[in-house]
Amino acid sequence: MAHDTAHHESNNKRIWNVFIILSVITIVEVILGIIKPAFLVETYLVSMKLLNWIFIILTIWKAYYITWAFMHMEGETKGLRRSVVWTAIFLICYLIFILLTEGDYIYEVFKSGYKSWDF
Amino acid sequence: MDTAVTKTGTEGKIWGGGNQPLKASYGKMMMWFFILSDALTFSGFLAAYGFSRFKFIDSWPIADEVFNHFPFLHGVDAPMYYVALMTFILIFSSVTMVLAVDAGHHMKKNKVIIYMFWTIIGGLIFVGSQAWEWKNFIKGEYGAVETKGGQILQFVDKDGHRVALDEIAIPITDVREQHQDKNGIWYDSENTLPTYTVNEVKAGFVKNTDLLIRTQQLTETGEKTVLSREESLRRLNTDAVGIVEGANLIHNEYGTPLFANFFFFITGFHGFHVFSGVIINIIIFINVILGTYERRKNYEMVEKVGLYWHFVDLVWVFVFTFFYLV
Repeated sequence: MAHDTAHHESNNKRIWNVFIILSVITIVEVILGIIKPAFLVETYLVSMKLLNWIFIILTIWKAYYITWAFMHMEGETKGLRRSVVWTAIFLICYLIFILLTEGDYIYEVFKSGYKSWDF
Repeated sequence: MDTAVTKTGTEGKIWGGGNQPLKASYGKMMMWFFILSDALTFSGFLAAYGFSRFKFIDSWPIADEVFNHFPFLHGVDAPMYYVALMTFILIFSSVTMVLAVDAGHHMKKNKVIIYMFWTIIGGLIFVGSQAWEWKNFIKGEYGAVETKGGQILQFVDKDGHRVALDEIAIPITDVREQHQDKNGIWYDSENTLPTYTVNEVKAGFVKNTDLLIRTQQLTETGEKTVLSREESLRRLNTDAVGIVEGANLIHNEYGTPLFANFFFFITGFHGFHVFSGVIINIIIFINVILGTYERRKNYEMVEKVGLYWHFVDLVWVFVFTFFYLV
């Protein structure tokens, strides 16, 4: 596209910055995963360990940088950005909500003894 | 791109395709929507994994104990180091890809060639690492006993360290022969027999009074439950029916077979994406060398495969979190 090449300055600095951010987040994740701080493992928030919440938030943060900086979503028009990102976020949240609720229900059924499975 | 489309003479008019509300070419926009649908496919897999995990929330295998290998460090417990390294390799190949796209915008052919070359190398290393990870997973390390109900019993010593089957089993001479398709019912054979029989493991377990059994159940602190000596003997004598070494789609020495199924399916599907990404990158790489895009005066093709390549990295970020961290 002509308008792309015309005013494209080099993004090198931004690319390396994003690389550093992604690396640091990954290192933090790995360190947390190895030492597993007792406080974060024992504290529960909405029936999930705080540590797992941190992992998920860091992952979404990484996903944001990959999509916005590397895939250059920040440079696309609002229309394209929303039709891709909002569709994905809505459907994924819906799917996760449905399946995890159902999974938890089946766990309760197994646990409350109507079905014997540990033999 | 313009040359591939027949002119209709209505280009100036809105309904004749005169304006581009999304300001993106057809190819790039369709790559985005392909990525969206592919992202939903992966979400389906990962959400199904979450479903099964919530279903077995207090008996799911602990990833740190399953994926603890590192090349050239045999027997060293190295949880996550290797998979973290793989993540870095993939992120770095994403960086070189975006540098290639950037160089393409400035029409610097040689830079595009160099960066795409490193992207392809990174992708190949990643696929190779995944194969190695699969090999370790399939081969297994300690082995376990399977019960009538399909539960897994693992062996530990009194300090809680895992003990492998070959340290326990005492050879017994009654030879159990593998049923081959030349015997009995025609063309009906059984799978490879495990190295030891249940009786050999039982005999060894009775003899070595330090050994205990570990079940799949997780305790309050998220560790596997270790049974008392009496309870261990009881479980082994009444419930044990088979030996499991390693993992396949039906048996899994690490815990529930679902874990292995999801591991093979999700990392396999992702690995297939990486593999096809490498192939597509190689095709574009050759085109760049041949100067196709130089003649076209436009490196948008590099940008499109770049989108796909970044998507593969994006998916890995989630697979890494949900399979190895959470």
